[in-house]
Amino acid sequence: MSEVSAQLQARTLSPRQLVWLRFKRHRLAMASGYFLLFIYTVAAFCEFVSPYGTAWRNVQAINAPPMRVRFVDAQGQFHLRPFVYGYDMQVDDETWVREYTENSQKRYPIYFVARGESYQLWNLFAAERHLFTTGEQGYIHLFGTDQLGRDLFSRVLYGARVSLSIGILGVLLTLFLGVLLGGLAGYVGGLLDRAVQRAIEVLQSLPALPLWMALSAALPVSWSSLGVYFGITIILSLLGWPALARQVRGKFLSLREEDFVVSARMLGASKMRVIFKHMLPSFNSHLIATATLAVPGMILGETALSFLGIGLRPPVVSWGVLMQQAQNYQAIVLTPWLLIPGLFVVLTVMAFNLLGDGVRDAVDPYSTGGQS
Amino acid sequence: MKTYIAKRLLGAIPTLIFISMIVFVVIQLPPGDIVTSPLDRMQSQGVELSSEAIQNLRAQYNLDQPLPLQYLSWITNFVTGDMGYSYLFNRPVNELVGERIGYTLLITLSALLFTWAVAIPAGVYSAVRQYSLGDYALTTVMLVGLATPSFLLALIVMYFGYEWFGISIGGLFSPEYRDAPWSLARAGDFLSHLWIPMVVVGLGGTASTMRILRANLLDELNKPYVITARAKGVKPLKLLVKYPLRIAINPFISTIGFLLPTLISGEAIVSIVLNLPTTGPALVQALINQDMYLAGSFLMLLTILTIVGMLISDLLLAWADPRIRYE
Repeated sequence: MSEVSAQLQARTLSPRQLVWLRFKRHRLAMASGYFLLFIYTVAAFCEFVSPYGTAWRNVQAINAPPMRVRFVDAQGQFHLRPFVYGYDMQVDDETWVREYTENSQKRYPIYFVARGESYQLWNLFAAERHLFTTGEQGYIHLFGTDQLGRDLFSRVLYGARVSLSIGILGVLLTLFLGVLLGGLAGYVGGLLDRAVQRAIEVLQSLPALPLWMALSAALPVSWSSLGVYFGITIILSLLGWPALARQVRGKFLSLREEDFVVSARMLGASKMRVIFKHMLPSFNSHLIATATLAVPGMILGETALSFLGIGLRPPVVSWGVLMQQAQNYQAIVLTPWLLIPGLFVVLTVMAFNLLGDGVRDAVDPYSTGGQS
Repeated sequence: MKTYIAKRLLGAIPTLIFISMIVFVVIQLPPGDIVTSPLDRMQSQGVELSSEAIQNLRAQYNLDQPLPLQYLSWITNFVTGDMGYSYLFNRPVNELVGERIGYTLLITLSALLFTWAVAIPAGVYSAVRQYSLGDYALTTVMLVGLATPSFLLALIVMYFGYEWFGISIGGLFSPEYRDAPWSLARAGDFLSHLWIPMVVVGLGGTASTMRILRANLLDELNKPYVITARAKGVKPLKLLVKYPLRIAINPFISTIGFLLPTLISGEAIVSIVLNLPTTGPALVQALINQDMYLAGSFLMLLTILTIVGMLISDLLLAWADPRIRYE
């Protein structure tokens, strides 16, 4: 009985609702979605969430390790308000390396949504409240500091804004190029089709990283940070569109002779109108899945380029730029916390992969996964 | 088969020409040309050059000619085996390439072998024991592996190499063997350094390869011929290797095509992190310093490497699968 009623109910669901139901069954994909939502929100409000700006320096803490948030102090007393201990610094006699230990005399309580360094939210609103801060008298470095004494936690959040937005922006551009070229190739056919196919073949056989490296090294040094940002985004999508275009082309070839497309053409609709208004909507769910799975490549590309010093350049902060500090051997061994931005890269990329898999399975229940 | 090979070989030629044009345009993109940065360097050292001398220098490199002609002279020289002169290293590019491309090839190929050595057993296990604890464990490890940039992996290996074993990882030789002539001891030292880049680069492609094999094999495992063979009492291992694995591995050969660009990209960046004497670090140096001949040659060679690899994978596929041959 219950089965029958469930079937009856299912019949009244729209395709979109069915996709959503299937997607919800993917626990990992759901969790990844929430994680990404969270991290994008944090990145959007990074000025508020981070206790310091990107250039703020704590000269008392150069290359200092991450702090531990505590509730119980050295005397064993419990405090409702969490706190951190300040650093004591010694210089090793032999190696001249700064070593930090916690000083239980310096107790810095953490205040939430309190006044701290003033900042401009989105360059628009002046504000000075931070999600958490220790105020004037202390300092807090949850992820430690770099060799200039800058707070790594704050810089990771600011870096998230750049790295994450490059991922989305790059994929949007890739999507546009892929749909346009793949669509035209599949719809118009003939010489154009052959030219696009050849281009796809050539671009897909190029090793991406060396070519990215060459292209981004060609960006003029005189460009502003914003210019370089868009330059890198364009470079990343230049090698990203072929995979998408190939898929779109295949779809268009099969859709071209369908009745609804033929009748639209008969009614005198323009090429662009047929492509974007009639054909695209019939498989845009696939496009969303493909686009989701393409974001990691963009993020990894930006990270790799900036890491090598030919992508984004300081003072822009991105995850790749942050990792650049961990490039040499000494840095990793003495200050392993500089690898924390890498952890964020891994988590984000993993979340996008899982989300993309979930979306693909949801929009196409017959796909086996694995092959695209 | 012969016509197929001929067709594929001929088909690769326009691709290569097209790619050489792309490479040429890309290395032309930076502002200035190959004489600009050496000139700047000379002038900063106080050497005054007359405009006539500069003109002569530019003419020496055909820079006074239009771009298509410059391309033609570059590509003819390249094909005939003269790759020009590197300002950065003050040596002919041929020497530099000769020193480095061998190591690149070696690391890439050993990484490819490593990828297969890990991905094939892992993929087979995951498919045969679908939804078992081992399957989940392997899938999870691969998921993390897929998300880890290879340079991060190299950094992590460096860190643990120091923390656990107290060794410094990097380079392809220990200091005492770096300039020594080849000997058995040097070869041993080389092998003991080679495995780190091999593993780090190889892991990059393992995840996707394993997933493909797992999916292919799962498709095959439930087909009637497998069930028939099992019903007839064929031993499980023999059954697996003799029938479904052979079919599942076929599309697998074509994965060399997309694996190679990944591996070559990975090799470049891992070599930079681990400070290996391969093409990657020299390419970055060349690009940053606009050493055009060097950058162009490396880009071109890496691409040729990829295309030749794909060609081989296509031919292998045709050899293994008659359907493709007679298409």
